[in-house]
Amino acid sequence: MSTLVIAEHDNSTLKVSTLNTVAAAQAMGADIDILVAGANCGAVATAAAAVLGVGKVLVADNAAYEHQLAENISLLVAEVGAGYDNILAPATPNCKNFLPRVAALLDVAQISDITSVESADTFQRPIYAGNVIATVQSADAKKVITVRTTAYDAAPGEGGSATIESLDAVHDAGLSSFVREEVAVSDRPELTSASVVISGGRGMQNGENFKLLDGIADKLGAAIGASRAAVDAGFVPNDMQVGQTGKIVAPDLYIAVGISGAIQHLAGMKDSKVIVAINKDEDAPIFQVADYGLVADLFEALPELEAKL
Amino acid sequence: MKVLVAVKRVVDYNVKVRAKADGSDVDLNNVKMAINPFCEIAVEEAVRLKEAGIATEVIAVSVGDKSCQEQIRTSLALGADRGIQVETGGSVEPLVVAKLLKGVIDKEQPQLVILGKQSIDGDNNQTGQMLGALANMGQGTFASEVVVEDGHVNVTREIDGGLQTVRLTLPAIVTTDLRLNEPRYASLPNIMKAKKKQLDVYTPDDLGVAVTSHLTQVKVEPPAERKAGIKVADVDELVDKLKNEAKVIS
Ligand SMILES: Cc1cc2nc3c(=O)[nH]c(=O)nc-3n(C[C@H](O)[C@H](O)[C@H](O)COP(=O)(O)OP(=O)(O)OC[C@H]3O[C@@H](n4cnc5c(N)ncnc54)[C@H](O)[C@@H]3O)c2cc1C
Ligand SMILES: Nc1ncnc2c1ncn2[C@@H]1O[C@H](COP(=O)(O)O)[C@@H](O)[C@H]1O
Repeated sequence: MSTLVIAEHDNSTLKVSTLNTVAAAQAMGADIDILVAGANCGAVATAAAAVLGVGKVLVADNAAYEHQLAENISLLVAEVGAGYDNILAPATPNCKNFLPRVAALLDVAQISDITSVESADTFQRPIYAGNVIATVQSADAKKVITVRTTAYDAAPGEGGSATIESLDAVHDAGLSSFVREEVAVSDRPELTSASVVISGGRGMQNGENFKLLDGIADKLGAAIGASRAAVDAGFVPNDMQVGQTGKIVAPDLYIAVGISGAIQHLAGMKDSKVIVAINKDEDAPIFQVADYGLVADLFEALPELEAKL
Repeated sequence: MKVLVAVKRVVDYNVKVRAKADGSDVDLNNVKMAINPFCEIAVEEAVRLKEAGIATEVIAVSVGDKSCQEQIRTSLALGADRGIQVETGGSVEPLVVAKLLKGVIDKEQPQLVILGKQSIDGDNNQTGQMLGALANMGQGTFASEVVVEDGHVNVTREIDGGLQTVRLTLPAIVTTDLRLNEPRYASLPNIMKAKKKQLDVYTPDDLGVAVTSHLTQVKVEPPAERKAGIKVADVDELVDKLKNEAKVIS
């Protein structure tokens, strides 16, 4: 059996989510190759070749793939993936964008967000905002799968010595073009792989007050997240949303501040190892999942917490 | 320009769904059903395009048994002009939904097809993208802004790290994210008017699509329970617990 893992990257660095996906591929027990599609992405290919347990790294380095346009990447992945039993990608916004196109081109189902491999054709995945875990069996000869990265510890990124092979095929569907990107650069760890996450909700009242989380995040090396309400209100950018329809996180420590604990939010963080909730309403549902709940006004509790860490 | 909107009937987002005791399926007895929130955003966007004079007709389509006509009527009350139900015995997989929607596209020839990014029951996040591949159209997924210009649509997308704008040749697919718009409420007169709007029913056969199944749900079960936590008295106790009991900070 053979598995093709699609690398998540930004043309210069290989993202940890790729390593989580390699771990899921290992659970399937197949030979693993990695596909790197991008532009000027040689450094990513080198990093992918060092991942332990990988046989071959295929690199499609072309301007057509620079911005990961789904129309182009899907043609490439469907072509390369034709030779594999399984195609796996991390359930990141980028891979969620193109992988279903690949499945449709190959006329097979996609299994989204798997959290466990039960056998070569049977997988578990959360549905209904994680309130139910479904076990699904696939009848397709070829499996197209996205992996919930929090369910798998990253495979070692060093120690491997895969061969690197360039692919010449260029697929430009001619349906779409890149216009612009507004991406915020942050020194903080990535939300989905940070070991500590501190998130603010509507209780933060405005974007300015999110600064109250900064000092604590600095001390803990934490990433900062948010509830949908905080994003909708414009306090913080959209990519900070944690939840069913945002990012899924499972850090060692998750601190929810001024967040009520709606099911959609819980779906994104309830697999964290330790959960702390700070909320002034002692009946807030967030306390039902919190290991440590502090009933307090966040505007008093946060400065004190920062001082005492 | 015709706009096609795909709407799905799902469990209301406030309902906490549970697995049946025998693990055969989720328990949907007497559960409130609604239009998938992302589909509601899709309808709103289409109706706004019509109000702006860009769209000429908005067609709401749903795949499912007869009960999904309720969500089509909701869409009509929100401002869609007519509805299409594709009759299937029960719920079908995203790939099949995409094939059926492709069949509707072939009949209706819309310039823009708007779907939700995700149905909140199956949490698949697949149908729009699959439809893009089947119809050979460009896609603007997870949209937070949609701007139609002649022959093109510019879609601003919510991506990792921020926003990306892509330009797609029409006809094209858009899938909605939460920030695209805030859907209106249907007024009583519009709900009454919706009852009289045209609603056609097609079978998969009419669309030349075979309903297949690639996946079997073997069982469903509740997720692992978290053990009950405690309330701490103050920040000092919190810091102490995190250091000495949970050992997650040093
Ligand atoms: C289709 C759909 C998808 C969704 N996806 C997501 C998602 O991915 N992620 C997500 O988070 N939500 C999501 N939601 C929204 C979700 O249902 C809730 O509306 C949202 O999570 C609420 O955010 P919140 O807890 O910040 O706000 P609220 O529910 O308003 O809670 C604010 C909390 O702050 C507390 N508070 C206020 N002031 C203070 C103070 N001074 N000190 C301490 N505490 C204070 C209050 O007691 C309250 O508990 C989704 C909803 C839908 C319909
Ligand atoms: N049965 C259906 N009928 C109509 N539209 C659907 C159906 N299933 C999915 N869709 C559309 O596809 C979107 C994404 O669904 P999914 O891929 O299941 O997460 C939904 O928001 C709808 O717009």
